[in-house]
Amino acid sequence: MALRNIIGKRIGNGIGLVGRRSLSTATCDVENRNSKSMNLYSAINQALHLALETDPRAFVFGEDVSFGGVFRCTTGLADRFGKARVFNTPLCEQGIVGFGIGLAAMGNRAIAEIQFADYIYPAFDQIVNEAAKFRYRSGNQFNCGGLTIRAPYGAVGHGGHYHSQSPEAFFCHVPGIKVVIPRSPRQAKGLLLSCIRDPNPVVFFEPKWLYRLAVEEVPEHDYMLPLSEAEVIRQGSDITLVGWGAQLTIMEQACIEAEKDGISCELIDLKTLMPWDKETVEASVRKTGRVLISHEAPVTGGFGAEISASIVERCFLRLEAPVARVCGLDTPFPLVFEPFYMPSKNKVLDAIKATVDY
Amino acid sequence: MAFCSKSSRNIINNLKSKLGLSRLMNRGSDGCLNKTNPDRFLPLITLPQLRNPDSYSHKTSHSFSSQRFQSTTSEPQFASVPNGEHNQELDFPGGKVVFSPEMRFLSESPCVYNNCYRVLDDNGQLISNSIFVQVSEKIAVKMYSSMATLQILDTIFFEAQRQGRISFYLTTIGEEAINIASAAALTSDDIVFPQYREPGVLLWRGFTLQEFANQCFGNKADYGKGRQMPIHYGSNKHNYFTVSSTIATQIPHAVGAAYSLKMDKKDACAVTYFGDGGTSEGDFHAALNFAAVTESPVIFICRNNGWAISTPTSDQFRSEGIAVRGQAYGVRSIRVDGNDALAMYSAVHAAREMAINEHRPVLIEAITYRVGHHSTSDDSTKYRPADEIEWWRMARDPVTRFRKWIETNGWWGSEAESQLRSSIRNQLLQAIQIAERAEKPPVNDLFTDVYDNIPSNLRDQEKLLRETINRHPEDYPADVPF
Repeated sequence: MALRNIIGKRIGNGIGLVGRRSLSTATCDVENRNSKSMNLYSAINQALHLALETDPRAFVFGEDVSFGGVFRCTTGLADRFGKARVFNTPLCEQGIVGFGIGLAAMGNRAIAEIQFADYIYPAFDQIVNEAAKFRYRSGNQFNCGGLTIRAPYGAVGHGGHYHSQSPEAFFCHVPGIKVVIPRSPRQAKGLLLSCIRDPNPVVFFEPKWLYRLAVEEVPEHDYMLPLSEAEVIRQGSDITLVGWGAQLTIMEQACIEAEKDGISCELIDLKTLMPWDKETVEASVRKTGRVLISHEAPVTGGFGAEISASIVERCFLRLEAPVARVCGLDTPFPLVFEPFYMPSKNKVLDAIKATVDY
Repeated sequence: MAFCSKSSRNIINNLKSKLGLSRLMNRGSDGCLNKTNPDRFLPLITLPQLRNPDSYSHKTSHSFSSQRFQSTTSEPQFASVPNGEHNQELDFPGGKVVFSPEMRFLSESPCVYNNCYRVLDDNGQLISNSIFVQVSEKIAVKMYSSMATLQILDTIFFEAQRQGRISFYLTTIGEEAINIASAAALTSDDIVFPQYREPGVLLWRGFTLQEFANQCFGNKADYGKGRQMPIHYGSNKHNYFTVSSTIATQIPHAVGAAYSLKMDKKDACAVTYFGDGGTSEGDFHAALNFAAVTESPVIFICRNNGWAISTPTSDQFRSEGIAVRGQAYGVRSIRVDGNDALAMYSAVHAAREMAINEHRPVLIEAITYRVGHHSTSDDSTKYRPADEIEWWRMARDPVTRFRKWIETNGWWGSEAESQLRSSIRNQLLQAIQIAERAEKPPVNDLFTDVYDNIPSNLRDQEKLLRETINRHPEDYPADVPF
């Protein structure tokens, strides 16, 4: 399916600096500076360059990051900042994250790359039992807030079981870490810088489908976008759609088509899944009375379930229709059957209409 | 990069080279590592190592050093290969190889037992010609006092748990020498990542009896704010990371921390402890490998006490102990008598120098015995003979052994002994009373520190919880204020 170029949109709400560890002097207004057209991996690359430039105690490490990474996100970093700060690790995710926790615990910014989100599971114990609980269990004597784990996630058209997964739901169930997913190059740069500088361990999932295909004007300066603030990227009055990452592009197309049938859709990018911005979503649902959540991850136990339960709890009387979820099937991510598995634009559109006509 | 620093030379001067470590390992023709030459150790730890430019043809990314040090053990491997037709070396990206027409498997075991370093005999007398780092009277007495204090701590807290006053406890009985002697050989700047059977390290560093008691009772003075079970101590001012029950997860943390110390050029290393069971976890292997590749100054101390709860080492691994594994990862290692405080002290002292000055990890396997049960939730007589336990407790007690040594030196006597023991006992009983009577942390501490700030969902949950507490106060413990 053809992806639209993602055009920079005015960001309505204020963008504040996040986290006490911020060293950036970025201003709130993203619009007023020089920007350059670039894709997602370039935007992420810029963020990493800035992160290392502004903090001499920032490190980037993971499998194959030295030559630039399998998705080129770490291009040029080793040459510019040296092998002591940008280095390959052995092929061992539990080691990558465990090492990163130790590095972060000493006050450094440890930016760890997991080559594909599909391979994050060996590190799950370190993330859940160690990183997430590091501050709490020590009575705030210690913390590993400087840890950021980046991983490409999501469908790529031909990835199959092990190059397409969306494991965000597992991490959203773990108090103590944050989970952030950008939808576009400009979002990615600002959000990643916020994640790196946030004083809590963060898992940052990058939609790999968009690495090359999403192109957008991205400001060249150092700027940060706030965590735990959802963004209404399209205003509407008939139904609220909630999503994140690459799926938003699909949902946006569905919204545009629904508009032709006279349905006014409000589209929200959650951006941070943990802790998530309930207030923005609820405010929208109070306006529209209908909500549809869409994600690539399998529907059962996916993060859409949490959003749905929470909205029903808090907006029950306002709801005009059941909460709709248009998600991946409850199967391992298939290869040949990918087009059938995916929550496509038409699946979303059908669900929009069904919800509005309920 | 100093490979033989001034302080290393001091060690060389202090130590005598009588351990017979001057010859290097050759592989014998039957594949058994030790056949022709029983020695497979480095020539006495800190002999100068040859500086060789990196002779690997592939691009290796050196994270710090621009030259790879080759230990002198590597050379003879090539020299000793029996003559085949093609006795040349070849560079593969994965490493240099020497071909041989003989099919030889490397043996699964080193054929002779790994030398275990000890300096004091079972009666606490110095073994002649032993090599060790001298300990002053002041330090030796502090070491002994700390070991005895640890024994008392364990006895009394164990009893407190049996009396229902604390919910859980685990003792360090039998491993006091590992705890105290290793701590004594470190500096307070060295960062410690414990498993859970190393409170002696914290004790050495100045954690008070009251602080121990506060954590065990989970009162409001507990630095951990009452969140974890007893014995999960942690203290940032003592550079002792908070204990977590998960096994071996701390080991890779220590590597990351060590890397940080190296980057900051600190005169300090990271030290991490774990048991024989912990060496089976993936995190152990991950950490050793990372430490070697990143050339991080970390000391891995394995308390091989023979038991992982009820699992004896024969069910845990089939390698010849733990120290042998070091070489597989490119990590220098040593096996030490863990019940010999002087040997432990010396080995850790030497390891620390190596780690910091040579930017390398070191693995120390301390052989010992877990005299106590795994914890208060365990009755080890169910899986091992009671007389075995008693024998280790009485005949192989590391504390008694060290006491004999300091008594021999005229540094200790029976009066000092009884004075110390009764004084510590009284102090501890008092500390326990105070800890027990103290208030618990407030309910508010349930919600703080999940993140740096409290997020809105937790604020909502706290609000709801308070409403519930007001409605049903009888459901909640009276000693937790809200």
